[in-house]
Amino acid sequence: MLAFIIRRVAQMVPTLFGVMLLLFVLFNWVGGDPSYILAGKNLSPEALANIRHQLGLDLSLPQQFVIFVKQVLTLDFGTSWSTQQPVTSILHSRIGPSLLLTGSILLLGTVLAVVIAALVAYLRGSLTDRLVTLISTCAMSVSGLVYIIAGQYWLAHKAGLFPIMGWSDRIAENLLYYLPLPLLLGVVVGLAPDIRFYRSCFVEEMNHDYVRTARAKGLSEPVIMLKHVLRNAMIPVVTSLMMSLPYLMMGAMLLETFFSIPGMGKEVVMAVDRSDFPVIKAITIYIALATMLFNLLADIVYKLIDPRVELS
Amino acid sequence: MKTDTGLESDIVTPQPPPPLLSVRNLRVSFHDEHGHCVPALKGISFDIPAGRTVALVGESGSGKSVTAMAITRLLPAHGCQIDAGSEILFAGRNLLTASRRELRQLRGADIAMVFQDPMTSLNPVYTVGEQIIETLMLHTRVGRKAAYQRAVALLKEVGLPTPDLKMSSYPHQLSGGQQQRVMIAMAIACEPKLLIADEPTTALDVTIQQQILQLLASLQKKHGMAVLFISHDLELVGQFADEVVVMHHGTIREHAPVRQIFEAPQDVYTKALLCCRPHLSRRPARLPVIKDFLGEASYCEPPQRQRGYLPDDEVILEVQNLSVEYHSRHGWFGKKHCCQAVQDVSFKLMRGRTLGIVGESGSGKTTLGMTLMRLQAASAGRVLFAGHDMLAMSPRQLGDYKRRIQIVFQNPYASLNPRFSVAQILTEPMLLHGIGRDRAERLQLAGNWLERVGLSHQALGKYPHEFSGGQRQRIAIARCLTMHPDILICDESVSALDVSVQAQVLNLLQELQDELGLSYLFISHDLAVVKHLSDQVLVMQHGRCVEQGDADTLYAKPQHPYTRQLLEAIPQSWPHNFKPQVA
Repeated sequence: MLAFIIRRVAQMVPTLFGVMLLLFVLFNWVGGDPSYILAGKNLSPEALANIRHQLGLDLSLPQQFVIFVKQVLTLDFGTSWSTQQPVTSILHSRIGPSLLLTGSILLLGTVLAVVIAALVAYLRGSLTDRLVTLISTCAMSVSGLVYIIAGQYWLAHKAGLFPIMGWSDRIAENLLYYLPLPLLLGVVVGLAPDIRFYRSCFVEEMNHDYVRTARAKGLSEPVIMLKHVLRNAMIPVVTSLMMSLPYLMMGAMLLETFFSIPGMGKEVVMAVDRSDFPVIKAITIYIALATMLFNLLADIVYKLIDPRVELS
Repeated sequence: MKTDTGLESDIVTPQPPPPLLSVRNLRVSFHDEHGHCVPALKGISFDIPAGRTVALVGESGSGKSVTAMAITRLLPAHGCQIDAGSEILFAGRNLLTASRRELRQLRGADIAMVFQDPMTSLNPVYTVGEQIIETLMLHTRVGRKAAYQRAVALLKEVGLPTPDLKMSSYPHQLSGGQQQRVMIAMAIACEPKLLIADEPTTALDVTIQQQILQLLASLQKKHGMAVLFISHDLELVGQFADEVVVMHHGTIREHAPVRQIFEAPQDVYTKALLCCRPHLSRRPARLPVIKDFLGEASYCEPPQRQRGYLPDDEVILEVQNLSVEYHSRHGWFGKKHCCQAVQDVSFKLMRGRTLGIVGESGSGKTTLGMTLMRLQAASAGRVLFAGHDMLAMSPRQLGDYKRRIQIVFQNPYASLNPRFSVAQILTEPMLLHGIGRDRAERLQLAGNWLERVGLSHQALGKYPHEFSGGQRQRIAIARCLTMHPDILICDESVSALDVSVQAQVLNLLQELQDELGLSYLFISHDLAVVKHLSDQVLVMQHGRCVEQGDADTLYAKPQHPYTRQLLEAIPQSWPHNFKPQVA
């Protein structure tokens, strides 16, 4: 297992190099000359040259690439072009709220979806099952935006059950006061498709021969569901879950924007809007790193659930 | 004083003890997707006495498994109906009215089951030990430690080597035979009074089949269990059962002691089942099928067929010193492993003749077939097809030769694309090889071939799942025939089929060979089937050819010990293995 992890981490080096190369090429050739954006209306050649010098754009491409690699290795991406703050400190302050929001949505959403899916799979064919399927299909057909706007309007503005928007510096206040509504809406948006997918995973597993064997042994239905079926059904569930993990860092763009939560999602939107290259570069590298790490984590979790998986 | 009454009761033969299980007028029906009621069991009745073995024999769809599932109440809750007048009495208790709780206490403890496919019947994510311990702890109220010790003892009893190590193995780490032994260990864990074995050997190799049968027979004697043994193969059952129940279309055709079934079968259907399996001693020009017996006229066997290569036969395929190696490497810099799948095999196949290749799983016979199709690269040797070395050809040159050599695979359920209609399955290869001018002509050709293999034109619009196993294998054969091949490789093509359906497909293959002059490479683990169809036979073990020769000679005088071992593993026809039981 340890040898496998070391090998996989070693394999990340060339992958990360590839990501850096791709990113560098994209920003230098496709992204256009950023000095024009920074110079704004003040387009004197001296000013342009000055900006180009400040950004290091007057260096040769290999030299620029070496600088970029250095930035990645030290995780220091310089200062933001729009706010002049260090990129690292901006991201550090944004990652917390994002992880709090998306992490709690993922955790609560998954647990709820698995429990409901297991229940309706057990009752498959019954009225409850058909009702849940019908409601899920309807719920999936409505855009996530509608839930956010309607939730914010009815639950916060009209009923006054929650604050309309906002975020504070104290975790306790965030958890108890600001988080509940965006959390609720985030869970509701993701729940319907998850239930449908997980239910089909459970139903498929329940048709396998080993379930018949378990019944022939005299095991009760709850034990069959929770011990024999659950672990097998978790294999596709974990796959879909692990794929969504890197997006935890991206934050929930819509929710953060609507509820004024100072998270990564909001930062990405603003950085793209302002062509703030250092911030975009930093976020892209972070996402790439996270994807690689979560893929490794996914493989290890697979091995824990399914002994047939060979780590090699 | 009437002392003589007591004396009298001593003399009177005691009443036979009540049967352990008694099925009375069992009627089960299923609802199909249109809501129609399809009867599966039409009121069957039979008894299983304690400590005896009763075999339930019949073709697929005869209701054998439904009977087993009804006894254990494992039939699906939806879409299945058991008639109110039915009764299944187990030790005097009606199982059909028993509560869920009562049933759970019976299952696994008093009534245990062994299923057909051990690979899928064991839970892949738990260790073998855990799955046995679970049963023990559920029914016997022992602690985990005691259950562990008992599980090790059970694994030892069913003949698994290193039972301690096997406890922590996962099912996929064991061979098919070992998995079935684990299933049996699990079934006998709580000393059941009744063991239901539903086709327990069908998915296994012939030599493994014999071992599992012997294991079941010895366990039955040792523990004094009653066994309900379900199989489609009457010959197989003959070695093991005390009584045989022959089922057909949800009814019982005959129920008699095993001796009577084999020596004086009363029902024509029983006779038909006994005859349709190929025999080592006979080789009729056409195998009898069930229909021959159920009609008005009585069946008479067609003349015997002579087999063997003739001196003036033309060689169509010559394989010289063929070897195939598999390479695998663990990790980037791991050591390279080399596995010799086929070693130095040579043979000649004559036009219009059949070469049978026999051997167990892992003997390299499938790899050999794949290599001849160029689906697997050879590491040494030559394959001369009509005088040209196929292995040395460029992909371009190979094109036409590929058409002339076709393959029919084992599993008719997995080898046809479920999303393709039969028309697509048949016309796609024609399109690739430029056979037929346009779609209409190709469809016409496909339809003709379907009729030739015994299906109708209408089948073109249907999908594989709408056909039975035998029909699917006919479709696979038709797909090959559309290519006008010279050579057909049949890789275990009839192994997944019931004996009665197997006879039909074997007859079809024979007719096609006579009519079209096809040459067959017939790969199988079943020696009787190979003998029926082959002129020459090649025996493979561990990738090597251990014996090769004229079919009749090889079976009459096997030279190699392995060939003898294989021949001994065939279920012998009744008189050969009948040993009268001492009462």
